[in-house]
Amino acid sequence: MVIEHDKMRSLAARMAQPEVRGRSPWADARRRFLRNKAAMAGLVILLLVALFAIFGGQIAIWSNEELDFSVMGQVATMGHPSLENGHYFGTDDLGRDLFARTVQGTQISLLVGIVGAGIAVIVGTLYGAVAGYVGGRTDQVMMRTVDILMSIPYMFVLILLLVMFGRSMTMLFLGIGLISWLDMARIVRGQTLSLKNREFIEAARATGVSTWRIIIRHIVPNLLGVVAVYATLLVPLMILTESFISFLGLGVQEPLTSWGALISEGAGTMSYGTLWQLAFPLFFFVITLFGFFFVGDGLRDALDPKER
Amino acid sequence: MTKPLLDVRDLRVSFSVRQAGAMPWSRPRNLQAVGGVSFTLRPGETLGVVGESGCGKSTLARALIGLVPATGRAEWQDGADLIGLSARQMMAYRSQIQMIFQDPLASLDPRMTVGQIIAEPLVTHQPALPRSQVRDRVKAMMDRVGLLPSQINRYPHEFSGGQCQRIGIARALIVEPRLIICDEPVSALDVSIQAQVINLLMRLQADLGLSLIFIAHDLSVVRHISDRVMVLYLGKVMEIAPARDLYADPQHPYTQALLSAVPVPDPAHDPAATVVPLKGDLPSPMNPPSGCVFRTRCPRAAPRCAAEVPVLAGDRHQTACHFPGPFTPQEIARARATEAA
Repeated sequence: MVIEHDKMRSLAARMAQPEVRGRSPWADARRRFLRNKAAMAGLVILLLVALFAIFGGQIAIWSNEELDFSVMGQVATMGHPSLENGHYFGTDDLGRDLFARTVQGTQISLLVGIVGAGIAVIVGTLYGAVAGYVGGRTDQVMMRTVDILMSIPYMFVLILLLVMFGRSMTMLFLGIGLISWLDMARIVRGQTLSLKNREFIEAARATGVSTWRIIIRHIVPNLLGVVAVYATLLVPLMILTESFISFLGLGVQEPLTSWGALISEGAGTMSYGTLWQLAFPLFFFVITLFGFFFVGDGLRDALDPKER
Repeated sequence: MTKPLLDVRDLRVSFSVRQAGAMPWSRPRNLQAVGGVSFTLRPGETLGVVGESGCGKSTLARALIGLVPATGRAEWQDGADLIGLSARQMMAYRSQIQMIFQDPLASLDPRMTVGQIIAEPLVTHQPALPRSQVRDRVKAMMDRVGLLPSQINRYPHEFSGGQCQRIGIARALIVEPRLIICDEPVSALDVSIQAQVINLLMRLQADLGLSLIFIAHDLSVVRHISDRVMVLYLGKVMEIAPARDLYADPQHPYTQALLSAVPVPDPAHDPAATVVPLKGDLPSPMNPPSGCVFRTRCPRAAPRCAAEVPVLAGDRHQTACHFPGPFTPQEIARARATEAA
């Protein structure tokens, strides 16, 4: 009885000990990421670009739709970037403030990139994880569907879509969303296949955890590293796609604009000596892409399980 | 005699294997991993399962727990046949049968804390249990298997192999099962840690009245923990006997060969006098020998062995052999001579 009493007391003491916080694989990865200078520089750039997109509108003196009649018609001589008349980035060919237009273009381009990558991450991850985990005939049907969709020249389809159903943001998102998840689904499926036969999945199955729960609780968290890396590389890809479409004149329509549209306009007026019209949008475009690539590289290194 | 906890009759598992590079419409070949295994397991008993790699030990375990489709009967104490149950019906029995895996680290999800890992079976089988209670039970179980309850928030990679296996044991025990299937639970551990884990398992078994199916290829570990031992070869039972009888007086030629290969920690011991050499390699399970599956390697094989499948015979000490009995020194000498030739 006394012994039991002691035992209970020591058990109670051990139970009451403060819980030690574990170091999760995510925390490890974060530490490695924070030590990576290139990736941190990329992240800072992206943050600055995001701040520019969010708060730039408040700094701008001109709105993006107003025409500055004082520079109209003499953009090459009067519309250059200056602090005095409030056109920090100069004006475009019609005398609209390029700063305000760049802010708006940044908003739209980032939105397209993030929404496109977001669709890819959600749809692609779930689709690939289900196909890989369920396997068998389901997998065959699901992946052959992806193959068929992939074999269609998507740029052609996207252009057709935009021409047939009218040029709108919704159509653009739909078109980009339709194609962006295919690669993701393939990558995730491959990863799932290698995870599926690991013992911890078998342990979950043996104890009766439902298929859906295994996918959500065990497969997806273990895939997230790959997905995160691929998603950061997918964002610039989406921005590029949108820019290309806009460059062709099929993307976002006036009065909205995007980096692609701005670059397209700037390139068109390059020979008139208004180089700033090309330089400013291009600058933001390039540093954002660099930022995403550096962050993507950093994430890949940080999440690599071999880098312990 | 009490009703056995588990009564397995003629359990068979086969996989269809598609040859690499074969045409998609060609018929896949059949691989019989477990070919008609029968045994009974009493409550509180430990059944050791031994055999070479690829003899169907792990497949047998996976079939019992419903991870691979099987045919035959596996009757639980209450009369239900575990093999024929639907996934929904099987749920009730999954909490009764738990499994411990070979690779301690690989069997734990690296992205989950120890607390989440151990709680998973509990949350699955008793979803209504409040969180605080789950946590208390996890902590109590951690203490029971020799882990510090304060480490509940740590991740598997922060533990050693032996501790990981304790986590695996805690996860298996949390739903208070009646049977634990241990699939080579110690073969990935250091010898000193092996002893700790084995002793922990034996202590928990005595405390909780568990039945164990203990799969291993280390014969001395099996001898230490088992009440009865089953020897498998190419998916078939060669011999089942109480551990003491099997080790003292093995009847089947295969069991004798297996036991004679265990190193003896005695410098004066001459292996040449006792070690029975086996010819060749394990035959392919896609194309098993006719009759007795062991005949291709058996020093005592006779024409009858190729023609007739031996059945398990005997009362407590069962052997599937037409010519059971210990090897004579002459037989060993002859086998060694043909091996050398």
